[in-house]
Amino acid sequence: MKLLIIAGPPSGGKTAVIRQVIKNLPEGSLPAFLKIDVVHATEDQELAEEFNIPVKKIYSGDICPDHMGILVLDDALRWAESLSRNILIIESAGLCLRCTPYTTYSLGIAVISAISGTNSPLKMAPLLALADVAVVTKTDLVSQAEKEVFRESIRKVVPEIDIVETNAIQGTGLRYLMRRITEHPDIGPDQIKLRGAPPLGVCTVCIGKKEIGWKNHFGVIRPLDMPEPLYRGD
Amino acid sequence: MIKQFTLMVESGKNRFGEQEGFETIEIRSGDTLAIVGPTGSGKSALINDIETLAQGDSITGRRVLINGQEPPESFVREPAFKPIALITQNTRCLADLSVEEFLLMHIRARKPGREDLLEETMNLANTFTGESISLKSRMSGLSGGQTRSIMIADALVIGDTPILLLDEIENAGIFKDRVIQSLQRGNKAVILVTHDPYLALTADRRIVMRRGGVASVIESTGEEQQLIEDLALIEDRLHQIREKLRQGASFSSVSAKVLMAPARQSLQLNRL
Ligand SMILES: Nc1nc2c(ncn2[C@@H]2O[C@H](COP(=O)(O)OP(=O)(O)O)[C@@H](O)[C@H]2O)c(=O)[nH]1
Ligand SMILES: [Mg+2]
Ligand SMILES: [Zn+2]
Repeated sequence: MKLLIIAGPPSGGKTAVIRQVIKNLPEGSLPAFLKIDVVHATEDQELAEEFNIPVKKIYSGDICPDHMGILVLDDALRWAESLSRNILIIESAGLCLRCTPYTTYSLGIAVISAISGTNSPLKMAPLLALADVAVVTKTDLVSQAEKEVFRESIRKVVPEIDIVETNAIQGTGLRYLMRRITEHPDIGPDQIKLRGAPPLGVCTVCIGKKEIGWKNHFGVIRPLDMPEPLYRGD
Repeated sequence: MIKQFTLMVESGKNRFGEQEGFETIEIRSGDTLAIVGPTGSGKSALINDIETLAQGDSITGRRVLINGQEPPESFVREPAFKPIALITQNTRCLADLSVEEFLLMHIRARKPGREDLLEETMNLANTFTGESISLKSRMSGLSGGQTRSIMIADALVIGDTPILLLDEIENAGIFKDRVIQSLQRGNKAVILVTHDPYLALTADRRIVMRRGGVASVIESTGEEQQLIEDLALIEDRLHQIREKLRQGASFSSVSAKVLMAPARQSLQLNRL
């Protein structure tokens, strides 16, 4: 089984890229798709109809969707295996730019749009830094110079990352991504682990308590004038 | 960077799956080609196939070769090795940077260590537009004409590539003739999408687009020379009238006749 983990902010073009990936997978590939989102997503139905592949969706509700993804990944792999699939594609919700959902053995693909602002790579540094490939979408909407400046901005954050530029609607330029996917090895025998250390459910905001102000919360909290977070609770 | 090259476009299919009306188009240093056709006929797609050096992996299935071979990956993926500069139709830049920051970042991508090109780029850009651009302007705040001017100067000075692609540069508030003059310097291959009759006719070849594919390629034979000269006259008149209007002039029927007389005469002579 191969594992592809696609992450990136909402509307960056993750689903558009996944469509192209599924369309261009080498002969003999049997993909399954898992969509993780917070409260609403339709990608699973769309892709099931379009490509006739098994799909699953999970809503994380009050919990950080990337954390949810980590918790269900093991089950999802077993689900795909039980259907004799050989490639599992996971689309993250893309709401948490601090967490990175990539694991060992997976091919981590960060999808980011060329129109998201020159400084956006800086703002989502962890999401890019731990990825194997950065796919830059919507290059059809910017000038060549702008595209190259955006590339430079990614390089500033992650100097060595493999950058693939595309108009994901048409699939231009994705031959380099497809080559990476084709060459990527199957999951090996060791325990699958997260690449980064995301901040886990560290406070009661994470689990859905809505009151503002640290006095209303437990776990790792932080008053405004305190230089470091501190732990409050039993 | 390569200076001597042959760019070869191998035909693909149009929107209806029909083979395009050519086998290969060869483009060499110094050639000028115009791409003409109605809106939605596939002009920008052709430009994009060339820019991304497509290898049968775009909608059209075209392949683009350099010196008869599939170009090395670095030509496509690394701006510092890319032999092609493209000026797209966009007249807005979304980058949240000043002009200076933008150009310096692009220099880092294309010509690392050549910060000295900044000034040259700015000077050239400012010859293309009447609205002066300063280094501290925000890229996203520039007018259409200013953005275009920067992009063209950037392609010529910072890109300085042997192949230049331009997508409808004419209607963007720039001094067209100065731009064309600059493009023709330096023995570059220039491929431009255009609706401008003068630009289309003065190109060495015209690629005619229809239904998402190339319908035909027309070689200029010299027979259109007279038409080109007529057009130059008409352009000149148009320019004069435009300038007068800008200054706030109004025209009587007599003055209009006088303005257009030379153009009328020459057109009539040609018909005889
Ligand atoms: N023009 C253009 N639109 C794109 C491109 N990639 C995605 N889109 C559009 O952007 C919107 C968001 O894309 P989607 O794949 O749903 O983003 P996601 O939320 O990351 O999955 C959709 O309307 C897509 O059709 C691209 O490369 N070019
Ligand atoms: Mg999506
Ligand atoms: Zn998170």
